[in-house]
This record gives sequence, structure tokens and C-alpha cells, in this order.
Amino acid sequence: MNIDVMMAALPKLLEGAGLTLQLLFISGFFGVLLAVPLAVARASQSLAVKALPFAYIFFFRGTPLLVQLFLVYYGLSQFAFVRESPILWPVLSEPYWCAIITFSLHTGAYIAEILRGAIQAVPAGEVEAARALGMTRAGTMGRIVLPRAARIALPAYGNELILMLKGSALASTITLLDLTGMARTVIARNYMPLETFLMAGIIYMAITFVLVRALRFIEHRVSAHMRARPTGPVGVEPTA
Amino acid sequence: MTGVRTTALALAVAATVAFAGPAVAEEPLRIGTEGAYPPFNMVDENGDLHGFDIDIANALCAEMERECTFVIQDWDGIIPGLLAGKYDAIVASMSVTEERKQAVDFTNKYWTNKLQFIAPTDVDLDISPEGMAGKTVGAQRATISAQWVEENLPGVEIKLYDTQENAYLDLASGRIDAIIADMLVNYEWLQSDAGADFEFKGEPVFENDLIAIALRKGNADLVEEINAAIDAIVEDGTYAEINAKYFPFSIY
Repeated sequence: MNIDVMMAALPKLLEGAGLTLQLLFISGFFGVLLAVPLAVARASQSLAVKALPFAYIFFFRGTPLLVQLFLVYYGLSQFAFVRESPILWPVLSEPYWCAIITFSLHTGAYIAEILRGAIQAVPAGEVEAARALGMTRAGTMGRIVLPRAARIALPAYGNELILMLKGSALASTITLLDLTGMARTVIARNYMPLETFLMAGIIYMAITFVLVRALRFIEHRVSAHMRARPTGPVGVEPTA
Repeated sequence: MTGVRTTALALAVAATVAFAGPAVAEEPLRIGTEGAYPPFNMVDENGDLHGFDIDIANALCAEMERECTFVIQDWDGIIPGLLAGKYDAIVASMSVTEERKQAVDFTNKYWTNKLQFIAPTDVDLDISPEGMAGKTVGAQRATISAQWVEENLPGVEIKLYDTQENAYLDLASGRIDAIIADMLVNYEWLQSDAGADFEFKGEPVFENDLIAIALRKGNADLVEEINAAIDAIVEDGTYAEINAKYFPFSIY
């Protein structure tokens, strides 16, 4: 163990961590955008509506992320029409966007499945109440079901975000210098894999720690109504 | 439970006996190679290793009268793997460099390499630093090619690949303007269908790059033994025979 080697690698690794965070948050954002309509359609009673999201989720959950990444990066570029397209190629020629696209599609499938479960876990009574008050189906979905489902899904979503943080290490296989890619490039010069990967591991752990704390804070904020109220003055009846 | 355990033990003993072979007293020499670097080392459809490095390693083992086993290891972990004792020697077309000498010992060379650029035939590529400024060049991570670009072409964007084969895929798709790699590996790819529309550009930029077998430090006896074996197979024509299988010119 050589602490000097670890410290010498740190600036490069932090530079790589910056890219890792970008990949994580951008794909996490697009993943959610993708997941909401998918989950709503997936939770539908109609076979025609839920077939497509089912197939999509089945594919992205059923194949390794590495395979998906290679299909997008090396696979699509095999087709002449992709390479000659003035719209597709400027995006798909960049490993950065290939990673964002693949990670978004991948995490989107997982988030959709989490959200689908949460939608189905919303108590039927609440949905009936909304309907009884004369809310439309869309109104019920947007104002009652999805906000409730989001709260139910939050802990599982946090877990998915952390899994995606580690999954993003595969970006190093398509020439991106994310935290793992940078570590491997540093090792190519210093031949100190133990020290370098240990430092990279510490950075991953630090990121995870901050993510966990942030998610716990958000969970705490959105579940205020679930907690026992602070005891008021003697004689006042608790209202909930 | 006891029955199962006895069976397992019996199987383990049988396996050990089978692997140890009959009359070999010495431990087999474990050789690390990449298996993704045609024509020097590659894995065929059946998962078997082939290539110049493999043939040379087998010839050396026969010469030294030692049993050899091969271990496949990703390139960028191949020196760490040697240092960690996963295998005893690297026969994977590794260039001798000052930096690597800090970590491992090398035998004498077993072939001589040059680095040369390749790019699409219909593109004029000036490989001078001025001509290459702003271009994107691909190279395999942890190779002297990657190092050469970093040190000699500061204005160039370099993309690092896990395997040389992935770099070729990206050259074919047009993501990168050129590749710098071992001349003979480029030569092999240019002969293939995928490489038909590409050619060498300029003269080799780095010559007399010696390719040798890497061993953990402190194995002076084994270095001596392998050096003697290299001399012997060059002497008795085995080397020329293997060379001719892959290249119509001598690469020693």
C-alpha cells in the first residue's frame, strides 16, 4: 500500500468522477421522463396498451447493460444509414451520447417497473374517493395516483440510482474516461491497480454516501404526514 | 453428507492427478496472454488460443521441456495479473519500455515491432504534428502506441480502447480519423475484408520496438532459460517456420 500513489492519482480520478456524475444524473433524469408514461401504460388493464411497455421493460431488464451499450455504440454504427444520417450520426458518433442514451433506456425500464408497482400499491379507496368526487380518470392519475406512487417508489428509486452509479462504470468500455475509465488509464502508467482502484472505490463510496443521505432527506420531507404529530399542550386531542 | 464429501474429494484427487500429467515433476509454466490481438494471440470459435505468440510460447516450452498452460487476461490488467502471481510469464507481444522495466523483467526480444498509422484510403492524412492537429486517433489503452500519441502529438484527441479489435470497429464506422498500432497487427487487419478501404499512412513513426516476454522480477534463472530457448528455436529454424505461417517476411 502506497498512500503517495493514491494521492497522486486523486486529481485524475476526481476529473473522472465528474463525468460519472454527469452520466448518472442526466440518464437518471431522462430515465424518469421515460418511466412515467411507460409505468402508466404498463399498469393499464388493457392488453393492447400494456404490451409495448411490457416488451420494452422485458428487453432492458433481461439483457446485460454491457450488451446494450455495445449494441448502441458498436452495433448501430455498423449500419450505413446511421452513419450517413445527418441527424443520427452527430449524436451516435459520440460515445458520451451513446452512454447517456443506453443508460437512460436501461434505468428507465427499471424505474418504470418500480413505478408500476407503486401505482398498483396506491390504495383503491383513495382512487375511488377521487372518482366519487367527480375527478376525471386523467385528473385522478395526475393529482392522486402519481404523487402517491412517487412517494411509495422513492426508496426503491434511490436504490436504482445507486445501482446505476456503479453500472455507469461500463462507460469506460466505450472510450469514456469516467471514474473507472480514468482509473484504468492511470493504472496503464503506474501499474498500481490496488492503490488506484482503492482510491476510485473510495470516491464511489463517497458519492453513494451523499446520494443515500440526500434521498433519506427527501424521503423525510415527503413523508411528514406519516409521522406522529409532536405532542401538543395537554388536553388537545391529536387530529390524526 | 459424508458420501457426497468423499465423492467430491475423490473427484478433486482424480482431477489433480489428471492435470499434473504422468512424468512432469516441475510445476507447469503458466503463461498470460490477451487473446484479442490477431494475428499474435486470438481465441477461435471453440475458445482455443491461436497465433504467433501462442506458437512461439509452445515452441519455447517444448525447447525447455516444460509443460505450459495459458491464462487469458485483459490487456490493461496483464502486468498487474503477472505481479499478483496469476501466471508466471506474459507472452502477448509486449514491447519493452523503461516504465514497464520498473515493474517487470524482460527476456531478449522475440520479434521486432514498428508503429504505423492507418486511415481510410480515400483520405489524405499528413501524419506530422501539424497535419494531425485536431484529428481523433484511436489506440489501445496501456500500449506504447497510446503513449506515443500522448508524447508526440499534443494537439490530437486520443481515444483509448480496451481491445485493438474495438478500435478497428470505430475506425470502420468513422468515429476516429486514424489508428496507431503495431504495424503487423495493422497489416493483418488491412488484409481482412473489414480493412479493405484502409491503408498505411506515412512511414513507421517508431522503429526497433522490441517485443519480449515479461516475468516477475527476481526470476533471473527463468529469464536465462527462456533466452537460451529463444536462441535455440531461432537457430534450429523453428522460429522461421512459425514466422512463415503468419508473415511472408521475417519479423525477428
